[in-house]
Amino acid sequence: MIDRRLLKNFDLGLLFVALAIALIGVMTIYSATRPVLDAEQQSFYLKQLNWIGLSLLALFFVARLDYRLPLQLAYIFFGIGVVLLIIVLIAGRIGMGAQRWISLGFFSFQPSEFFKIFFILAVSRYLSEMEQEAELDLRKLTKITAVFLAFPAALIIMQPDLGTALILIFIFISMVMIFGIRKKIIAVAVIIGIISVPFIGNILFQSLKGYQKYRIVAFLDPGVDPRGIGYHIIQSKVTIGSGGFMGKGFQKGTQGPLRFLPERHTDFIFAIFAEEWGFMGSVLLFLLYLFIIIRGFQTARVASDKAGCYLAAGITSMFTFYFVINIGMTLGMAPVVGAPLPLMSYGGTALLSNFISLGFIESIRMRRSCLSY
Amino acid sequence: MDRRIVIGIYIVLTIFGAFLIRLWDLQIIKGEKYRTLAESNRLRFVETPAPRGIIYDRNNLPLVRNVQSFDISFHREDLPKDNMSLAALGRLIGLEPEDVMARIKKGGKGSLEPVRLKQNVTFKDVAMAEARRIDFPGLQVDVTVSRDYIYGQLASHVIGYLGRLTLAQANSPEYDDVPREAFVGQWGTEKNYDTLLRGTAAKKIIEVDAVGRVIKDMGINDPVKGRDIRLTIDKNVQQEAEKSLLGSTGAVVVLNANTGEVLALASAPAFDPNLFAKGINYRDWQTLLNDPRKPLLNRAIQSQYPPGSTFKIVSAIAALEEGLITDSTSVNCSGSINFGRRFRCWKDGGHGGGVDLYRGIVGSCDVYFYEIGKRISIDKLARYASDFGLGKPSGIELEGERSGTVPTTEWKLKTKKEKWYKGETLNAIIGQGYMTATPIQMARLVSSAVNGGKLYRPHILKDFFFENNTEKSVNLKPENVFLLKRALAGVVTEGTGGRARSSLVNIGGKTGTSQVIAQPEHGGGNAEEYRDHAWFVAFAPVENPEIAVAVFVEHGGHGGSAAAPIAKNVIEEYFNCKLGKDECGNEEPVPQNPDPGT
Repeated sequence: MIDRRLLKNFDLGLLFVALAIALIGVMTIYSATRPVLDAEQQSFYLKQLNWIGLSLLALFFVARLDYRLPLQLAYIFFGIGVVLLIIVLIAGRIGMGAQRWISLGFFSFQPSEFFKIFFILAVSRYLSEMEQEAELDLRKLTKITAVFLAFPAALIIMQPDLGTALILIFIFISMVMIFGIRKKIIAVAVIIGIISVPFIGNILFQSLKGYQKYRIVAFLDPGVDPRGIGYHIIQSKVTIGSGGFMGKGFQKGTQGPLRFLPERHTDFIFAIFAEEWGFMGSVLLFLLYLFIIIRGFQTARVASDKAGCYLAAGITSMFTFYFVINIGMTLGMAPVVGAPLPLMSYGGTALLSNFISLGFIESIRMRRSCLSY
Repeated sequence: MDRRIVIGIYIVLTIFGAFLIRLWDLQIIKGEKYRTLAESNRLRFVETPAPRGIIYDRNNLPLVRNVQSFDISFHREDLPKDNMSLAALGRLIGLEPEDVMARIKKGGKGSLEPVRLKQNVTFKDVAMAEARRIDFPGLQVDVTVSRDYIYGQLASHVIGYLGRLTLAQANSPEYDDVPREAFVGQWGTEKNYDTLLRGTAAKKIIEVDAVGRVIKDMGINDPVKGRDIRLTIDKNVQQEAEKSLLGSTGAVVVLNANTGEVLALASAPAFDPNLFAKGINYRDWQTLLNDPRKPLLNRAIQSQYPPGSTFKIVSAIAALEEGLITDSTSVNCSGSINFGRRFRCWKDGGHGGGVDLYRGIVGSCDVYFYEIGKRISIDKLARYASDFGLGKPSGIELEGERSGTVPTTEWKLKTKKEKWYKGETLNAIIGQGYMTATPIQMARLVSSAVNGGKLYRPHILKDFFFENNTEKSVNLKPENVFLLKRALAGVVTEGTGGRARSSLVNIGGKTGTSQVIAQPEHGGGNAEEYRDHAWFVAFAPVENPEIAVAVFVEHGGHGGSAAAPIAKNVIEEYFNCKLGKDECGNEEPVPQNPDPGT
């Protein structure tokens, strides 16, 4: 049975807030796919409810599990993850122009979705076993990058799934930053970064697929609108803006059901929420997300060992990046890169992955040292 | 480490702050504006296909024109909810409410594209729809430009037809810029040069008010009409070829013997591409598909049959060039020879003694060519055949071309798992047995034989520079070409091709008959399906060949009676038009279908 002391430390607040956001998500999915043009309600919201049930079980399972066990197996997980990424490139199912899915007959999943957790586990384990006192010098940094980041990121870019690859890079940067890097390296990296932005930007831009280029062009200047993606950005802003201070009210939004807004129940779900619940609702929702993020970082601070600290920090960074990229895109402040809003967007794999992540946070929190330092 | 995490939290708080400011800006400061936009104004995405390029014949006569037609579409989000209005809408455009719903449902996803309710409506319907605009804000009248093939069936196998984007095309990058409802070329020239003809569709985002009136256009790009193209086809010659084929099943190909330009390419029966211009309906499509005479088959490039005696052109040139015979080599034709088994001449009594090259070709004496067959190897003969373009597609820019067969020892081992028998060479040398060719290959063969050995790639687009148009040049000896031309002229003046004789121009030619197997055994007698296929290949003028013609009539009987008159008609039409005579033109009476029986 579960240790009573552990149970006492289980963070009910984190669980309730996450569940609340997920249920708000179901509500919004329901409203966004209301049958205005279609004959009947689409069943997205029901599927999402089922996934929430499954995800809750996963959260409890992971939380009960001592996070040190998966850390022990971190490198094996990492290896399996890389193999899955290779398999998906060779035998994956193609959907929406990219080869991201592995089909097991009865269901299909995106290995890159779970790979992020394996990646965080492996990097946490590695960093925790390094000598803490010295900050990372260039040699060590290069080594970690080569071992953990370069190959899987390349595999994910080949799918192509630029969004996930970018997130992986962001997570990696924040984890090594938390470990500590020599100031000199940071300074040089920033300078090189600034100088090379035009060059790298150009190379990256050239290597993008047609639709990705359009997204960036459309972001920089929605008026140019070569393919109607600028139109999506405009529609997202119209949707959010029309919510006003108090919102139009639940099931009163029009932009989603009338299909003005694309991806209304997935990537652009926040726009629908903001339309129906207004500025008030949006601020409240932001606070809920902020609660989870701060709890996550706090967990990193109170973890009973270094590995737990890196694990919590890595997971929270991932969660944060998804949130920032998605909301930035919806508000028209960042380019459209298909990134879901954690806990809210329709999609089973992502939801499961989100709850498993939170399970890890709970697990670390439950086993924290009695005295926080 | 702790300190760094705290820094991270501050960064997150800053980003949240930025989001809140943006949210405040969108929802509070500009909220009113966006609210109006969302409620009363609607953004719509409109794509209009550009008019396609016009297809002209070589003399700049348009073969197709663009005509305007009116379609009624409906914007889904403005669909009436109650059955009363739905019924009223149905009445307005003459559709049952269920039909309206079915069409709306079928229209695919995405509210941006309106659903097409009815196509090709009359002016009266347009006026009615416009008048009721206030009741049905989603109603939209589209003016679309569609194709009108002026001469109906004329050159249908060259021009081809249009159709909606197929699923594969809709997903292919080649058709990225084509609106989903657009028609694109699906066969023939319309397809092969679709990228030229298609033009660029107009794209715009329009803002409309609650009654569907356009308030503002955004991001317009104007339609760019497709490029006009000119074909090498001569409308008059083409028309003559089709008229002459009327009622029979077969093909005519007319080439410029010195450039490879296709002056006419006819296949009978033909079809009317106008059927496809607005989307062919199921019944018409099934009728075309199930027609036993296969009108969609382009017989000029897709039907392959033994070339019969027309192949003797190759045999004669091969023997002359190889030095196996001379002008004066002669044989005695008793009606058959023995070579392992009995090989018959087509003429029962034989051609008598002293049959030389000239008489051998003019009388199409099989025994004369059997003698050549004894002296030449099949592989050598095959080399000449392939130098004249047999056994491989001619490369004309039409799809589905067949390559015919030029048998060799290797070919037989590979496909029949059997060695080549010398007796089979005797079959091959008179164009029977395994040897097969398409009409366009035969026209090309004649061009090459009479122009001294230059093999051109036939083409139908006029204003295009084909760098690699000469495929092969074999440089035949001029004296051999002269002997051949003299003999082919003799075929028309005093031989089997007498019905191609013209008072207008000197024509040379060769008849051919492709045996339909087992005729007597079936006891079918003269029933059409047992009758032989008729070939006639020709060129003119004999002195300085300009054009080459191949005529093929399925079950036409003998080449001299069924195919030769068609070649004559077509050649005369060409020279009449060239000389500006009155006889050139559309007014000419339709000639009687040549009687294939005699």
